[in-house]
Amino acid sequence: MLYLDEPEYHQIVAHCLGGLPDEACGLLGGDPDSGRVVTCYPTRNLAASAKLYTVDPKEHLRADRDAEAAGFSIIGVFHSHTHTDAYPSPTDVAQAPDPTWHYVLVSLRDTHPVLRSYRIVDGEIDEEPVILRSR
Amino acid sequence: MPVAVHLPTVLRSQAGGAKTVSVDGTTIGQVLDSLVAEYPGLSGQVVNDDGTLHKFVNVYLNDDDVRYLKALDTPVGETDEISILPAVAGGAVGVGWPSGPGSSHPR
Repeated sequence: MLYLDEPEYHQIVAHCLGGLPDEACGLLGGDPDSGRVVTCYPTRNLAASAKLYTVDPKEHLRADRDAEAAGFSIIGVFHSHTHTDAYPSPTDVAQAPDPTWHYVLVSLRDTHPVLRSYRIVDGEIDEEPVILRSR
Repeated sequence: MPVAVHLPTVLRSQAGGAKTVSVDGTTIGQVLDSLVAEYPGLSGQVVNDDGTLHKFVNVYLNDDDVRYLKALDTPVGETDEISILPAVAGGAVGVGWPSGPGSSHPR
């Protein structure tokens, strides 16, 4: 289960739209036990590609320190798929760095962005509910 | 010389759950060797068998990615802090993109 408040939801979607025509990416800071996102860290896509993303390692370090200092952790990553479904690609699965993370995908294929979240453990993809809340 | 190494969540279970461990070394390579010697479960997860840095991790000396310093030969001082984080990457490559007329992005 991923708990996302409206401001972070809009921040994620806006960062993805702003990244077009390339994929956009960022990290999610929050509480690993509950799956509650507290802070969203939009990052640069170092790959600068419409089909690949690489979170800027220096921005990852800053986000990790910021989240830890606030008593949270990085609990996941989001990225956009510009022309395909909001579903993890084989590349996403092969490179999924942490089985405890939430993997948020935003599809920009259609007029309205579609956001979904997954767990990826040992190459197995499981979609999870996203609980969107106003704050 | 003991140096603090911050571990990412994904590697902590191999180090008894510790967020930060202290190991010896005067270069990044030595520090990582000591880390694996102390926690054999980390073998192959940070440094490859051929002695190069694993593609799917980033190692930092304070604020800098060691790949942009001297990689494993980067000197380490007593007050330095080393952080290890997973490389975060992926993308839709390999997934069939729509093709032909009308497939351009709607925006």
